[in-house]
Amino acid sequence: MLELTDYSVNFSAGAALRQANLTIKPGDRLGIVGESGSGKTMLALSLMGMAPDGATLSGALCVDGIDMTQRNEIEWQNIRARRVAMIFQEPMAALNPLRRVGDTVMEPMRVHEGLSHDQAQARALSLFEEVGIPDPAARLRQFPHELSGGQRQRVLIALALACNPALLIADEPTTALDANVAVLITDLLVRLSQERQMALVFITHDIAAVARATQDIVVMYGGDMVEYGPTAEVLKTPHHPYTKGLLDALPDPSRTTHDANGKRRRLPTIPGTVPQLQDLPQGCRFAGRCPVEVPQCAAQKPATQSFAVNRSSACHLNEGAKR
Amino acid sequence: MSVPLLTATGLTRHYALPRTSLLRPAPLLTAVDNTSFTINAGETLGVVGESGSGKSTLARMVMAFETPDAGEVLFQGQNIHALPAPELRKLRQQFQMVFQDPYGSLNPRRPVGWSIAEPLRAIGEDENTNRRVKEALEQVGLHADAADKYPHEFSGGQRQRIAIARAIVTRPALLVADEAVSALDVSVQAQILNLLMDLQDDLGLGILFISHDLAVVGAICDTLLVMQHGKPLEAGRTADILRNPAHAYTQSLLTAAGVHT
Repeated sequence: MLELTDYSVNFSAGAALRQANLTIKPGDRLGIVGESGSGKTMLALSLMGMAPDGATLSGALCVDGIDMTQRNEIEWQNIRARRVAMIFQEPMAALNPLRRVGDTVMEPMRVHEGLSHDQAQARALSLFEEVGIPDPAARLRQFPHELSGGQRQRVLIALALACNPALLIADEPTTALDANVAVLITDLLVRLSQERQMALVFITHDIAAVARATQDIVVMYGGDMVEYGPTAEVLKTPHHPYTKGLLDALPDPSRTTHDANGKRRRLPTIPGTVPQLQDLPQGCRFAGRCPVEVPQCAAQKPATQSFAVNRSSACHLNEGAKR
Repeated sequence: MSVPLLTATGLTRHYALPRTSLLRPAPLLTAVDNTSFTINAGETLGVVGESGSGKSTLARMVMAFETPDAGEVLFQGQNIHALPAPELRKLRQQFQMVFQDPYGSLNPRRPVGWSIAEPLRAIGEDENTNRRVKEALEQVGLHADAADKYPHEFSGGQRQRIAIARAIVTRPALLVADEAVSALDVSVQAQILNLLMDLQDDLGLGILFISHDLAVVGAICDTLLVMQHGKPLEAGRTADILRNPAHAYTQSLLTAAGVHT
């Protein structure tokens, strides 16, 4: 239902997203993982037609087979909420503090589908039930500050579901939540995706959440999609050096914390920091920080290599070495 | 063993909630309830819990920003909440804090060297300020020239290094780190955790490390205190608790951290 072909977002300082290729089918659950500056939020905004002004878009972004890259705001408004909807990281900032949450959730139904107040209210009530908000009738009349962080995130999910979207984009939906609430929200998103045959794009830097929620995963670095594949496989046997570095840097409580001399083990790290957009290398974005770099890396962008039907990585070292 | 660096006994802190009636006293919220722990020099105690579990209130009491309603904090054998203000001020150079948000905790209109020197000025140390600022910067892996730059010229991870430099410039014995790596990306987080371990080995620091992430705590902490609703749920060696969580709540934190036991 959604397809990206060589899709790029360019700014005068450089490319925030380079030649992204992606296909999302109904019911897919796709994780997008990357650190700050990896382009994951730019990708999410693009899928909603909200790429910032001043960005030059190239390539194709097809929703239901129609290329949307050159479409205007009015045409995007027909797609938002009904085909593609989004939930954001900070639930307090995404809700109007002066409106009852029920009214907020009813707004897209009235605007996009022209429902009457009573019809919209009935649907909002059933959505609140569906997302697991206790005592939904009373909650509809409450204000955001009266709800806990987890409940607010559930309200935002209900809001995103208001017009039955075919694709839900969740941008860091659990980052602002307590760890055990985050697990509940993650599981809720998975259940909704399965019950509604709704595609889910789950954007996060939380590897544990991605492992829990998604079937497939895209790893991003510096605006490039560096690795793609089934979540469990990528996390177990990463092909791209950045994916390896990222997974190694993750503290693992099952690893022993002291070496043979009783000295505490240091965590493996990726040297350096993510460069600014204008300072990113022209070739592989990871050049300069990569432990296995070869001379051509900094100059030449590696092609995306497929290893299996559903598995690919963009690294010069993988070229020719098909596994 | 000699006297522990820090001993907290029966710490309790209540806050008054808004009154519900003119005729009744305001209801109390118990933010921290009868919590005890010790930190030895060169060791790290992790405090884990969700928001509202009382872990930040605990840190504020250890830092003597707040006075407990019951219980005491002995730092190198002295009850910090009973000390007269001038003596507490003097003792403060021995315990310093690193905050969660490296954007919010540095003055954006001053060069970072000025911010790092602030604890030195607070204790009336005028001589050698520049040298000590530069030393601190080098200890956290930054160039001494960084002192003349402004916070916006640094990345998030570098800013957290600067915040740590400010905390160690007085050569403290105890560092209180409240969610010090939570706002950082995974790869940066690993760098900062390694830095804390390096500093601990070099300087013999005791660290009170507050976090909501059991995986992070597992990597750096010798001992662990799990809190919920202000109450200590379980305490012990980190490895033992991670292997054998006694409490369902600890188990749920482990699940959230992606660990399956």
